[in-house]
Amino acid sequence: MSALTTLQISPARWLYLRLSRSPSLTTGAAIILIVLFMAIFAPWLAPYDPTLQETANRLMAPSQQHWLGTDAFGRDILSRLIYGARPTLLLVLFVVLLMAPVGITIGILAGYLGGFVERSLMRITDIVMSFPRLLLAFAFVAIMGPGLLNGALALALTSWPAYARQARAETAKLAKSDYLAAAEMVGIKGPRLLFGHVLPLVLPSAVIRLALDLSGIILAAAGLGFLGLGVRPPTAEWGSMVADGTQVIFDQWWIAATPGFAILITSFGFNLLADGLRDLMDPRND
Amino acid sequence: MTSAVSVEQLSISFPSAKTRFTAVSDVTFSVEEGQTFGLIGPSGCGKTTVLRAIAGLNTGWTGLIDIFGAKLEPGRKITGDTRRNIQMVFQDPYSSLHPRHRIAHILGEPLKVHGAEGIDAAVGIALDRVGLSPALAGRYPHQLSGGQRQRVAIARALLLKPKLLLLDEPTSALDVTVQAEILNLLNDLKASHRMTFILVSHDAGVIGHMCDRGVLMSHGRIARALDRAALSELTEDAVEAAAWDETPGYRGN
Repeated sequence: MSALTTLQISPARWLYLRLSRSPSLTTGAAIILIVLFMAIFAPWLAPYDPTLQETANRLMAPSQQHWLGTDAFGRDILSRLIYGARPTLLLVLFVVLLMAPVGITIGILAGYLGGFVERSLMRITDIVMSFPRLLLAFAFVAIMGPGLLNGALALALTSWPAYARQARAETAKLAKSDYLAAAEMVGIKGPRLLFGHVLPLVLPSAVIRLALDLSGIILAAAGLGFLGLGVRPPTAEWGSMVADGTQVIFDQWWIAATPGFAILITSFGFNLLADGLRDLMDPRND
Repeated sequence: MTSAVSVEQLSISFPSAKTRFTAVSDVTFSVEEGQTFGLIGPSGCGKTTVLRAIAGLNTGWTGLIDIFGAKLEPGRKITGDTRRNIQMVFQDPYSSLHPRHRIAHILGEPLKVHGAEGIDAAVGIALDRVGLSPALAGRYPHQLSGGQRQRVAIARALLLKPKLLLLDEPTSALDVTVQAEILNLLNDLKASHRMTFILVSHDAGVIGHMCDRGVLMSHGRIARALDRAALSELTEDAVEAAAWDETPGYRGN
């Protein structure tokens, strides 16, 4: 008895042990938290207004007044970088909330129910999967006008099928397993079976995929911004900042490099987080 | 004694690419209340398939299955009281417990679904009944040994107070020393809970220790019925021999 009870440790200590064992999770989580902090407290952190134009000080190199220099309109790059975290994270949040749950639910239903339900859900998935993502985003923007949400919507609408596919394959494999047979025998069925028993086994791989996809989505959003189809100027956004910087890339390289670096670091953070989360979510990993 | 389970002319086939593969044909037997009935045979003879049909996990059968006066219908899931009355212990305790649920959840959820109260206490009692410490409730299945897991699986099967317990080679995945413990536990529980067992096994020792009556199966059919005396004389070779009987090309080797 005493040997069993001493295994109980406080939640804080448990978290500390887990984090110290997985450096990638700690680093990834730290990067994402810093970016999140920047986005939330942008008005207090930014030294200048991100849209304030000082044409006298345009294309300045990093200095005491402007730590990362100024762009072609004399706007402070550091301030724009800090404000630029907002659309990026908003996009990520939008996609996470909208796309992953839809994809996973469709996949679990198709995999567990099988038959006609599976065939029809998977054909819909096939159709959506065959849409080219960036072209659909262009079409959305062309119809509804440029803007962050229109671009994000297009990205979200085209990225759920991968989750549905993955969840279906895993669920179909589980449907024949003894765990589910045992659960069925004791009278567990319906949503309780699907979301209480199937979901926990499907979720880890979906979370990893999500975190990997997020870096891709940040890049896609930056791509939309770069093409001038994302956030409308003068709002700061990392992709459009890179686009602005390319005009002067040989003389003032830091203008394109700093937002590019921000994109790189954030994508990297999500990738590390994905790697670490997998370890954390598997109880067998003690 | 009344008949607890009666199975008549049970045939089960699985659809395959071209033809239907018939795994079990024309199986008829009956089990009396309070007995342990053995379904014996070499691997691949269809004994587990029969058990899964009685359990309601495979509904693609024809014939007649009657359990405590309730007729099961092919193609339909078992519901209501009959569902509670039939429980099963699976062969492999490593795959029958959900790997991401704690023991307390595994044992508590069936009670919750059936609207029971005082679940924590009931889980403690259920663990105690199978000889486990209630302190194990906070653990995950992977933190238990094979024997402990099988005890948890037995505790889960007993939670709903079934009248019929189906045992699918409950000890074949376990160490020899643990096997005896589990079998004795099952015999004790049977006496105290007034249950009827149907035991599937290919192990002559297990059959001899547990069963009152049984049938020897071979190639999806009943080869012969065995009474208590025949069961205790059953040898490993006799079970194996059933596999070779009627197999073209092997006779006379």
